[in-house]
Amino acid sequence: MLSKSLRIACAGGAAALALTATACSSSSSGGGSGGKTLKVAYQRFGNEIHVDAHMQKVKAQFEAAHPGITVKLDPINVSENDYYTKIDLMMGSSSTAPDVVYEDTFLINSDIQAGYLTPLDSYLSTWADWSQFPDTAKAAARGLDGKTYGVPMGTDTRALYYNKDLLTKAGIQVPWQPKSWADVLTAAKAIKANDPGVIPLNVYSGKPDGEGSTMQGFEMLLYGTQDTLYDGSSKKWVAPSKGFSDSLQFLKDAYSGGLTVPPQQELDPNIGNVVGGQLLPQSKLAIDLDGSWVTSTWTATGAKPWPDWSTALGEAAMPTQDGGGKGTTSMSGGWTLSVTAKSKNKDLAAQFIELALNKDNSASYDDADGQIAVRNDVASDPAYQNSNPTTSFFTGLVPVTNYRPAYAEYPKVSDAIQVATEAVITGQASPADAMKTYTETLKGIVGSGNVAAGSS
Amino acid sequence: MAIGEDLAGAVGRVTAPRRARAARATRHLPLAPALIMLFLFFLGPVLWSVYSSFTNAALTGDGAQNPQWVGLENFRRLFSDPNVTNGIWLTVVFVLGSAVIGQNLLGLGIALLMRGRNRWLRGTVGAIVVSAWVLPEVVSAFIWYAFLGQDGTLNQVTKALGIGSQDWLYSSPMLAVIIANTWRGTAFSMLVYNAALDDVPTDVQEAAELDGATGWRRLWSVVLPLIRPSIVTNLMLITLQTLSVFTLIYVMTAGGPGFASSTLPVLMYQQAFKFSEVGYGTAISLLLLAIGAVFSFVYVRVLKPEA
Repeated sequence: MLSKSLRIACAGGAAALALTATACSSSSSGGGSGGKTLKVAYQRFGNEIHVDAHMQKVKAQFEAAHPGITVKLDPINVSENDYYTKIDLMMGSSSTAPDVVYEDTFLINSDIQAGYLTPLDSYLSTWADWSQFPDTAKAAARGLDGKTYGVPMGTDTRALYYNKDLLTKAGIQVPWQPKSWADVLTAAKAIKANDPGVIPLNVYSGKPDGEGSTMQGFEMLLYGTQDTLYDGSSKKWVAPSKGFSDSLQFLKDAYSGGLTVPPQQELDPNIGNVVGGQLLPQSKLAIDLDGSWVTSTWTATGAKPWPDWSTALGEAAMPTQDGGGKGTTSMSGGWTLSVTAKSKNKDLAAQFIELALNKDNSASYDDADGQIAVRNDVASDPAYQNSNPTTSFFTGLVPVTNYRPAYAEYPKVSDAIQVATEAVITGQASPADAMKTYTETLKGIVGSGNVAAGSS
Repeated sequence: MAIGEDLAGAVGRVTAPRRARAARATRHLPLAPALIMLFLFFLGPVLWSVYSSFTNAALTGDGAQNPQWVGLENFRRLFSDPNVTNGIWLTVVFVLGSAVIGQNLLGLGIALLMRGRNRWLRGTVGAIVVSAWVLPEVVSAFIWYAFLGQDGTLNQVTKALGIGSQDWLYSSPMLAVIIANTWRGTAFSMLVYNAALDDVPTDVQEAAELDGATGWRRLWSVVLPLIRPSIVTNLMLITLQTLSVFTLIYVMTAGGPGFASSTLPVLMYQQAFKFSEVGYGTAISLLLLAIGAVFSFVYVRVLKPEA
C-alpha cells in the first residue's frame, strides 16, 4: 500500500517537476530546420485587417530574401486597450517578447521609458530611405534621450463624415461645412427632428473605446478651444480650464439631448466596429467624428466592402468651438514598427522593418489602410494621391492638425480623460465635477507642481 | 487517501525511536514535490503581490523599468480614492445581496421545500438548479449579458408582449449582476443544506410537533439551531467565493457604466491592467483580503459554529 502510493507520488512529483523545468527553460528562439524565427506582433481586431494583410505580404517577401528564416506572425485579436496591456506584458519577459512590435505613438514614449524598445539609430543611419521621412514623422518615436525607437507606418487626421442623403432630407445644404460646435449641434437637432429613427451624431466617449474616445472624441473638441492638454511654453499640464469643461459640456449637450448613439451602446468596446461596419453603411448614422482610416473598412479589400461609400458620404473639417483660431482643427497620431529590447534577433528585426516600410510597401499599406503617407516620395506620388477619394481632403488637414503631448505619462492622462467623459455622458457627474476629478487625478499622475490652470 | 491511512497507522504504531525517525523522514519525502509546488506557485505570487503593493510597479513607463519602493503611498492613495470607497461599498452590497441573502436564503428555501418530496421531483429540481452552477462562469455571464442586453432575449419578449423594454445592465448594473450571481451560485447552498437537513433526526422534529410547534416555529427553534455549523460553513465559503467574483461582472458590465459596478476585483483589474498600475492594483487586492477576513471573523464570532 505504502510503496504503491509512494511510487505514484514520486512519479507524479517527478512528472510535475519535469514539466515546470521544461516550462521554465523553453526558449523563444529556434524554429524550423536550424533556421531562425522572427516574431512579429500586431493587432487584428474587428474591421482592422489591413495591418495583418500587410504583414502577410512582407513575411512572404522577407522569407524569400532570407532563406532559412521563418517569420512568425502573431496577430493579436483584442480591442485597443487590451492590445496595449498584452504587448506590455509580452515585452516584459524575454521568453515572450516578439522581435518586431506594432506600436501606437500614443504609448511609445511610455514604452521607451519602460525600457521595452531598442534604439534604431545605428540601423537607420545606414538606411537610405530614412531621408524620405520628414522631421515631424521622425520625432513621433523619439525618446527623451534623442534616439529613435520606431519607424512610422503612416499618420492620420480626424474629421466629420456625414451622410449626404440624411442631411439633405433634414434640410441641410450639402456640401456641408459647419463653422462652429453650435452648427454641428444644430444640424444634429434638425436630423433628429426630421427622422427620430436616425442617430444624428457620433462622438466617441467613455472607457471602453480607450484612446479612440480620447483622441477622436474629446481632443477633437478640446484642441478647438483656447486650451490644450499640455502647455509647451510653461512645460505644465493644463487643468482646470474653460476649454476642458466646455468640451465636456458639448458631450453633455449632445448625449443628454438624445443626439448621439445611446450611452449604453457607446460603452460597448466594439463601438468602433459597429459605427464603421454597420451604422454608417446602413444609413443609420448621419454625422460621425472619426479618423481618416475609416474608409479602409469599405474598400474592396476591406472588412465590410461598400462600393457606394464615396458618393453616399461627404467629409467636413471639424470646426473650432466658435470658428476662432484657424477655424478648423484636427488631431494626428499613427503607428510605428519597433524592435523590442529583449529581442534576440535585433539585426533581422530591423531589416524586416526596413523592408516593411520601403517605398512600395509603405505606399500599398497607406493606400489600403486609409493612412496618410509620411514618406515624402509616397506622398508626392500621383498613384497614392488618387488612390482614395478622401486622401487629398485628409492630407489637407495636416496644416491645422495637433499632436498629443508626447510624454510617458500621457497614457494615464488619457485614461483620466476617458473616465471624465464616461462620467458626463452617463449623467453620473456634471462637467464641472468631472473636471475637478480629472484635475485631482492629473496631479497624482504628473505631480501638483507640473499642473497649472488654463483659461477661465 | 492511502497515504492518510498509512500516516494514521504509523502514528499509532509503537516502534524503536531511531526507526521511527527514519520512517518519519521517508514518509514525508513524497510530500516534498507538492510542498515545493505550493511554495513556488501559491506562496510565491502571494508574497510578490504583498511586496509590489509597496512599490510603484507598472506595465509601462518608469515603473516598468525600475519599480521604486514607495512605502505606504499606495495605501494612502487608496483611502483617499473615491473609486475605492465606492468599490468597497459595491463589494459589500454584492456579497450581502447575492451571497448572504440571495444564494444562502434561496438555497435553504429550496432545500426545505424539497424535503420529503418524492425522488423524481427532488431529482428534477436539483438537476435544474445545479445545471446553472456547473456552467463555467464566463458562460453564465454571457448568458445573462445576452438575456439582459439592449437587443437581448428579455427585451424581445417584452416587446412581443407590448410592455416597455428594460436596460438594467446600464441603469441598474448592480441589480443585474446580483441576480445573475444568485442564479449561478444557489445550487451550492442548496446542496449544503440538503445534506445538513438529512442529518436532522426525525424524532426530535416529531417531538416538537407533538409539543404543538408550528412549521415556522419548528424551523426556527429546532432545525436551524441543529444545522448551525453548516450555516456558518456555507456562509463562509460563499462569501469568500463571491468576494472574488470577477468574470461575471466583467463580462456583463465591465464595471460600468462609469464605476457603477466596479467592485474591488474589477477595480483591481482596471488599475493593474487597463491603467497599467500594477503596484496600486495589488494594494487593492490586499484590501480585498482584509474585507474577506472581516466577514469570516464576524461569522465565526456571531454564529459560533463550535457551540
